[in-house]
Amino acid sequence: MNPAILLDQVPDGDGTWLASLASGLQYTLSVAALAWIIAFFLGSVLGVLRTTDNKWAVRLGNAYVELFRNVPLIVQFFVWYFVLPGLVPAVKAWVVSLEPTTHQFVTAVVCLGLFTAARISEQVRSGVQALPRGQRMAGYAMGLTQAQTYRYVLLPVAYRIIIPPMTSEIMNLIKNTAVAFSIGLVELFFRTREMGELTFRYFEAFAAATITYVVIAMIANRVMAFIERRTAIPGFISGGAGGGH
Amino acid sequence: MTDLDFAIIGRTLPYLWKGLEYTIQLTVVAAIGGVIWGTLLAMARLSSNKALSLAAAGYVNLMRSIPLLLVIFWFYFLSPVLLQWITGADRPPQIGADRSAYITFILFEGAYFCEIMRAGIQSIPRGQVAAAYALGLDYWQSMRLIILPQAFRNMLPVLLTQTIILFQDVSLVSLLNVTDFVGAAGKVAQRDSRLVEMYLFVAVTYFVMCFGLSWLVKRLQKKIAIIR
Repeated sequence: MNPAILLDQVPDGDGTWLASLASGLQYTLSVAALAWIIAFFLGSVLGVLRTTDNKWAVRLGNAYVELFRNVPLIVQFFVWYFVLPGLVPAVKAWVVSLEPTTHQFVTAVVCLGLFTAARISEQVRSGVQALPRGQRMAGYAMGLTQAQTYRYVLLPVAYRIIIPPMTSEIMNLIKNTAVAFSIGLVELFFRTREMGELTFRYFEAFAAATITYVVIAMIANRVMAFIERRTAIPGFISGGAGGGH
Repeated sequence: MTDLDFAIIGRTLPYLWKGLEYTIQLTVVAAIGGVIWGTLLAMARLSSNKALSLAAAGYVNLMRSIPLLLVIFWFYFLSPVLLQWITGADRPPQIGADRSAYITFILFEGAYFCEIMRAGIQSIPRGQVAAAYALGLDYWQSMRLIILPQAFRNMLPVLLTQTIILFQDVSLVSLLNVTDFVGAAGKVAQRDSRLVEMYLFVAVTYFVMCFGLSWLVKRLQKKIAIIR
């Protein structure tokens, strides 16, 4: 075990292995952040659709979730990266005009965004369904439309309920970016393996990556616990690490 | 690439089947091994021995906070060293990625099964443990005869759902050049430049299998709910 290897120079690049891993981490975090935006909005819309009284909206939402949950993530990556351009000439024309790195980056964001959206929609749905039925009825009785009932009555509480499972989804998303290695995206895992292969210091490289992932998980955990505490409604949800009775 | 040749699937079916066989075999072995290891971990986590429960919690949290891909590569390199340490051999035994994957998945999925089994054990009323001790059973007897059978039964749908996730997770070993289902399809796809057909076939096959299995789990869940 020799951590100093991280300060050695990369053979055909400028900078140390540490810098190389850091640039990988940058890719990991930016893919995860952009994918999270897609997943959060699409997942919220789908999750809400699945709780409405419209039969077809529920079916559409359910079909989406079944489709994205029942195919392994790596296969979804291959479908977006290889199959889609192969089937649709317009997509092919667009991706060949891109830099390979950009193509990989866009594919990873879209693939992870749509994959995670299915999981977010499950959380949003269960959050809304966890509320007493009376809340929705009260909303309607007050003369609110369905959209207004969601906006002002149901969702503000539902989102607070689902903060803990959303924390695990954020962490899952960050971990899942490692699968983008399969299409060659130069994220943290790609850089880790590259360092292992070129220096034969697999142990140091993998240990560095492991520590990085654990630290990210711990930070995500703390940040979400903080948000949970700040958004807790007094006397309503026993949210937050320090807010318990 | 506009001319698609789906007949290639028929021509390479025996090879693809061998890949799928490996995937299923790994899934079954890892599910059984993972549940056993996970149950032991859950018992350790719930143990009154502080050191034991801390160690188990640390292990589970570590496994759950790093990507599976990283774990797969870790064990690919560590398995020979681990096996040497266990068997006391003179040099690390040479094992391929296809075999180290068994160790990886049992140890990795064990962390996830542990959390399920912990919930299962905690769902049993405390009075049952007290009753078992009052009858004169020791810890292992009360676990084996009273607690665990009920915990398994209550958690069966969740354990099976986790196994379906495991079945999908196994596809990641293809990145270590193992010929699982995805790996087999990928090798044919690269050789014959038929990526569209092969990956589409893989996606549809996984979808049909996983969708069917989750439907069965849902039915089982309803059945169990009625009996109780």
